Amino acid sequence: MGKSPAESILSGELMVLARLLTQVENGSPAGRLTLDELFPHTGKAHLVGVTGAPGTGKSSLVNQIALQYRKPVSANPKRVAIVAVDPSSPFTGGAVLGDRVRMRDLAGDPGVFIRSMASRGSLGGLAQATAAMVQAFDAAGFDVILIETVGAGQTEVDIARLAHTTLVVESPGMGDEIQAIKAGILEIADILVINKADLPGVENAELALRGMLGLSHPVEKVFRHHGQAMDLPASEPANSSVWVPPIQRTIATDGTGVGELVASIDQHAQHLRHSGDWIRRDRARLEGELEALLTETLVAQFRLSVPDVHYEEVVNQLVQRTLSPWEAVKVLLNGEA
Amino acid sequence: MSEGKIRVLVAKPGLDGHDRGAKVVARALRDAGMEVIYTGLRQTPEMIAEAALQEDVDVVGLSILSGAHMALIPRILEMLKANGQENVKIFVGGIIPDEDAPRLKEMGVTEVYGPGAPTGMIVNEIRAALEPSE
Repeated sequence: MGKSPAESILSGELMVLARLLTQVENGSPAGRLTLDELFPHTGKAHLVGVTGAPGTGKSSLVNQIALQYRKPVSANPKRVAIVAVDPSSPFTGGAVLGDRVRMRDLAGDPGVFIRSMASRGSLGGLAQATAAMVQAFDAAGFDVILIETVGAGQTEVDIARLAHTTLVVESPGMGDEIQAIKAGILEIADILVINKADLPGVENAELALRGMLGLSHPVEKVFRHHGQAMDLPASEPANSSVWVPPIQRTIATDGTGVGELVASIDQHAQHLRHSGDWIRRDRARLEGELEALLTETLVAQFRLSVPDVHYEEVVNQLVQRTLSPWEAVKVLLNGEA
Repeated sequence: MSEGKIRVLVAKPGLDGHDRGAKVVARALRDAGMEVIYTGLRQTPEMIAEAALQEDVDVVGLSILSGAHMALIPRILEMLKANGQENVKIFVGGIIPDEDAPRLKEMGVTEVYGPGAPTGMIVNEIRAALEPSE
């Protein structure tokens, strides 16, 4: 007997890590056992979610952020893992995962591990598999884990919930201020990024976002005048209890603004640690994972206890409209409506 | 892996800049329900081996039109082996002279396709190549 997979991963064997990622993505029992063993080693990494509409340049930006973290300027460059999610076809289940195309600058760096992931349909399933993959990277000693989601939508909100710091990437011309005050994706942003900042319309995009932030943080607004976008984070003392999402302009194709963006990301991590939000987010996230697993396990267990014939019968009654869905649940759980 | 999807890395090693064929194949494999990791043009053998490892793929598909296949492919095979991925199946497409195809297969390439190869055939042969070992 050699080392267990968990021990191999802790000692830095990337092939074993890659295999574990496949196992957890497939929900295999062997993968789950390894994760159990690795779990005590998790909780150290800074999880950064990167989301935004398709075509805003998320992959290119992730490439640049990772490069920035790897720069030898900082005495000990951080090890970076990237989970890049692309959509699966709803019809065939297949997928073309193309995020690596934009990340070729990272090739050959042993401190960077890129894993492409197909969304594979089910929403809850994706969030769960992503969480498990992140755990594996965390245990394997990666300091920063960048999670790049598919375009914007509800799934993204779920995945962002996983992260300590969520970047929402916009680009000029993506919509007016009504888009910006709609609920959803922008609300989850810890940092707003306007990528492709060399395109016309960047001023309007920033104005719209700034207006949105003004509406959601009226108190903060009192202390601020219209002015420079970039010094919002700098003027924010690290121990302030309110984090106002800074707006960062970047040009991911040449790296402009990425240094400032990464500084913002680090600042947000510091803010979380000082304010106690780090622990609160960690707790909320783990509780969410527990709840999802519990639900899934209970449902699976319950389904085993109900004979298929009976179940089919209840579904038939639903179709015939003799039972409502709520009544159907009662019938299944209690035997009567 | 038995319960999972077939994962395929599609890469273009070397310097030719023509990726139409690779994209057509990637699309066909997607439509056959496989997960295709597409890496784009001008990949070095090192980049391909690294991506194959990180992505834990079952298959690597290489498209080469430049004529450098006899230099590039042995190197890729060697590096995959060094990483412990000797079980990964290699499929090659592009402009490969008839006399080179058997030599590539001897080195460990599973199949070689020329222009006009039906995508359905490629899909079936990938599935068949993975079956016995799974």
